[in-house]
Amino acid sequence: MLPKKAKKRASLLAVFFLVSIICVFLILNALNKNILYFKTPTDIRVSQDIDFNKKIRVGGMVKKNTLNIKDQEILFIITDLKNEIKVSFKGTIPNLFSEGKGVVAEGKLQDKKFFIADRILAKHDENYMPPELQNIMKDNAK
Amino acid sequence: MLNFFYNSNIFIWIEKLLSFINSIFFALLLVGLSFALIFSPPDYLQGDSVRIMYVHVPAAWIGLASFTLIAILSIFNFIFKIKNLKLITKSIAPIGLIFTCIAIVTGSIWGRPTWGTFWAWDARITSMLVLALFYVIFIAVHKLVSEEDNANKISSIVAITGLINIPIIKYSVLWWNTLHQPASIKITGSSTIHSSMLTPLLLMFFVLLMYCALIFLMKYKTEIIRIKKKNLKRL
Repeated sequence: MLPKKAKKRASLLAVFFLVSIICVFLILNALNKNILYFKTPTDIRVSQDIDFNKKIRVGGMVKKNTLNIKDQEILFIITDLKNEIKVSFKGTIPNLFSEGKGVVAEGKLQDKKFFIADRILAKHDENYMPPELQNIMKDNAK
Repeated sequence: MLNFFYNSNIFIWIEKLLSFINSIFFALLLVGLSFALIFSPPDYLQGDSVRIMYVHVPAAWIGLASFTLIAILSIFNFIFKIKNLKLITKSIAPIGLIFTCIAIVTGSIWGRPTWGTFWAWDARITSMLVLALFYVIFIAVHKLVSEEDNANKISSIVAITGLINIPIIKYSVLWWNTLHQPASIKITGSSTIHSSMLTPLLLMFFVLLMYCALIFLMKYKTEIIRIKKKNLKRL
């Protein structure tokens, strides 16, 4: 069906493509831990080799009713619904930072339960809706 | 049938299409922008910064789609050596690069007030940057390699290699923890974006697609003129 030369090129291409997919897969597999932008409290709990001097990122949800602002310091708890970690932070916070929303904190672990952040990033979820709808949903929930 | 592929015939078609798109494009753009910037509601959480999405998301889609198209055409080009495909892929590449850059820039402008940072080395954003680099390499090969057959071969291989990056971009938000949120619009299942925002988004996507077609046809025309100058009768 195909001319002989085209057949040769097609098989060459198929081999090349397959090999590069395998290469990329192996690279991504090896880098897996470094590709993660943040660790969850559960990751920290189960991991054996934590370097307390290295900066890491911890992500999850700000646990409801734990946000505590004392003049300069902001204290809250990051949870992934299984495990929790206490965070202390001094500085400015992004607009979307609030209780019950996603957050990524960058800083150093003091121990497995306490984290001192020097930067806070808010994580936005995939829900988009107008404010009126949000009010209706709140009323329904009551 | 083959008459269609004669330069002068393609030329007439391109001219007709160009003037047609030109006549409706600005009206459509005005409608799309006014829906996106004025008539659509603000988000319950982000407020008005949600409006950046109406450019950001279509730009990212177009960036991804045009690379996929280039890669698929490159496969056929590599195997069957069809000259026309080379011209087409060469004409799509700059559009894809521009829209990928727009997606990255608007994304970081949006990220500053919402996330609190312009840039994060998370999987989605990094893989998008890699896509932009693939576009740059693809275009650079055509510019720098003087021997045309070689340029064609190398750029095809670049595009086919870059194809692997496309599913990585798409699924990066599911496979790894990222700062970037997962997709709101799903082909199967219900979307998590309200219809009053989805409609202007799709409208803007359509308008930007029109813009792509416009730029593509103009670029394709120049490529054909270049061929004509070499006194070749047919592609």
